[in-house]
Amino acid sequence: MVATKQEIIDKLRGELLTWEGFRPPQPGENSHFGLGTLETAFPNGLFPTGAIHEFISSSPEDTAASGGFIAGLVQKLLTSGGACLWISYTRRIYPPALKLFGVDPDRVIFIDVPLQKDVLWVTEEALKCEGVATVICETKDLSFTESQRLQLAVEKSHVTGFVLRKDVRKMNTTACVARWQIRPVRSQLRTGMPGVGHPRWQVELLKVRNGKPGNWTVEWKRQSFQTIILPSIKEPARRYA
Amino acid sequence: MPKRFASIWFRHLLTDWKAIRQPGMKGKAYVFAEPDHGRMLITALTDAARQYGVTEGMTVADARVIAPDLHVFDGKPGRNLKLLTGLAEWCLRYTPLVQLDPPNGLLLDVTGCAHLKGGEKAYLQEIVSRLKALGYDVRPAIADTIGAAWGVARCATSGLVVPEGAHRNAMMPLPPSALRLSMDQLLKLRNLGLHQISSFIHMPDTVIRRRFGKSMVLRLHQALGQEPEYLFPLKEPVPYTERLECLEPVSTRPAIEIALNNLLERLCKRLYGEGLGLRSAALTWYRVDGKIGNITIGTNHASNRVQHIFKLFFIKLDTVAPGLGIELFTLDALKTEPVSDKQSELWSAKSGADSEEVAELLDRVAGRIGNTAINRYLPGEHYWPERTPKPDISLKEKPGSEWRTDKPRPMQILDNPEPIEAMALTPDYPPKLFIWKGIQHIIVGADGPERIEREWWLEPGEHRDYYIAEDEAGRRYWLYRSGHYNAENNQHWYLHGFFA
Repeated sequence: MVATKQEIIDKLRGELLTWEGFRPPQPGENSHFGLGTLETAFPNGLFPTGAIHEFISSSPEDTAASGGFIAGLVQKLLTSGGACLWISYTRRIYPPALKLFGVDPDRVIFIDVPLQKDVLWVTEEALKCEGVATVICETKDLSFTESQRLQLAVEKSHVTGFVLRKDVRKMNTTACVARWQIRPVRSQLRTGMPGVGHPRWQVELLKVRNGKPGNWTVEWKRQSFQTIILPSIKEPARRYA
Repeated sequence: MPKRFASIWFRHLLTDWKAIRQPGMKGKAYVFAEPDHGRMLITALTDAARQYGVTEGMTVADARVIAPDLHVFDGKPGRNLKLLTGLAEWCLRYTPLVQLDPPNGLLLDVTGCAHLKGGEKAYLQEIVSRLKALGYDVRPAIADTIGAAWGVARCATSGLVVPEGAHRNAMMPLPPSALRLSMDQLLKLRNLGLHQISSFIHMPDTVIRRRFGKSMVLRLHQALGQEPEYLFPLKEPVPYTERLECLEPVSTRPAIEIALNNLLERLCKRLYGEGLGLRSAALTWYRVDGKIGNITIGTNHASNRVQHIFKLFFIKLDTVAPGLGIELFTLDALKTEPVSDKQSELWSAKSGADSEEVAELLDRVAGRIGNTAINRYLPGEHYWPERTPKPDISLKEKPGSEWRTDKPRPMQILDNPEPIEAMALTPDYPPKLFIWKGIQHIIVGADGPERIEREWWLEPGEHRDYYIAEDEAGRRYWLYRSGHYNAENNQHWYLHGFFA
């Protein structure tokens, strides 16, 4: 009897996970997201699709880094078709740059909302639409109730949503599945080579539901994410001469 | 079906309008006067003024002598046309074909409309009583031809509804002025003692043409129906349109929604039957107090799905101001197109139904925040960074060329490059440090320069030398120097973007 109770609880937990966007891997499905060691942080070892991810950025440089990281994820989501919507209030994203992250810029529909208050309305409508593969929403504030509404919308439609919060002053609780913070870090070339290397970021997974938050250094190289294990001894700051 | 036309004559259009605006003036003697060659000539007057002996065309000075208590108002040329247009729009609730008949009348094509109000007599009765309630003194008539209706309305005293085929007899006793003739012709007819149409209607055409000119033959034939005459409607009738008359004026939101749904179902059924879809539609409402309003929606692709179009209207339903109540709704399909089966150009990998969902989503977004907010970009054949993404309006077009990946481009770009203070020690080398918004960034790694020339055939200006610069914290910027390096230290450096 005790064993069955445990089974029931396990089953219910599994169901809860599916509702929150964490699916157990289907047999025969190539479920890896190309995130390497990052994927161990998620329950079932799978990047949660059909859920809302929140990205925190406090400066335009961080926003650019988050944009690059999101574009790398969107590339994977778009392989199975569907449209991609990029909703923003003041858009600075430069479409040709998306190609460097494997996303065809002509497949992305940019919605430049003239009023801040309409951003979340458009996002919710877009998240409800099943023909959409992924929605990126650039906004400033996201209250708990608003995030709940977005999460409810994706539970039905299984669209993956990314909320990129710019100029965050207060980190409030949200109903998002994961909270990320991406910061640019010094790129590296072979010792002694001048110039700028591949995009490299400090990826912080601040919160993830039912998973283990963590901190990685990730580089975008040859159209995929590469996790970098930094050598323990820091090499001296290289100055450009 | 034989044609039936109605003519409505506003006997005192301008003076009635004044009495509506200023109820105190009702029944008083007043005139409208307009300047003409340094005098003020009377253009419109009331019955009370006419009793003094004042006539149209009299100067105001003369009229004041006859009628000391005459009120004179300034007339404005074109005011009658404006009033008539408003009244013609009001009349659209009775028939879709209304034409202005300046200076003071309206022409309606009432073929097949009169039975809606229970016969022609009741139809005219309703128009007259409602216009009278508004304050206008009108004389209407219905006949088989435009000319006959016009003449009967203005010159006959009874028998305003001329039965089918009886217009010839109805015209007989009327004076020649019922024929829309010019003043010269009327004078000539009077001099010849022809006071009734019956006295010259039997004359051969050749005689009339020789003595009175070609236009009189034309007018006579038009009145008798021997020469066709057409209306030029105020509003172009739409082939796909639905009307819903309410038994009682409605003013609540659920009632308006029901009306809209009802209209949409009828319209979409018709369109579906013909393989068409809506691209643009307008819902017009006619209020009890004579006000008219409308909302228009547009779609990205032809659609005849009721739910979808209802949703588009639903976003805008807040703007409906029912006032005291709405008595009539019309729904016009302004633009229709054959329905394409599937839209699979853009989202080829997923099935077409999904793409339709996206198109419908974009319609809803466009309905709320406007069509200009939705952008898609194609690779433009330009090197200049601002022009590399080319806006695509159709959302369907395929890129004509590949996106270039050989040069790195920043993730975020500033619409207007921000000036920075930069220090470059060596000519044509990246700067050592720069100051942006008061913060100093020491550059530790840089790539460049990448020179991008100004497209001189489009705009003048300096070229730009772009550098990718990485500062100590790892933040990557896109900087450029405008123009060549010069030693006088007045180089212009700008920050244009942020790399991922």
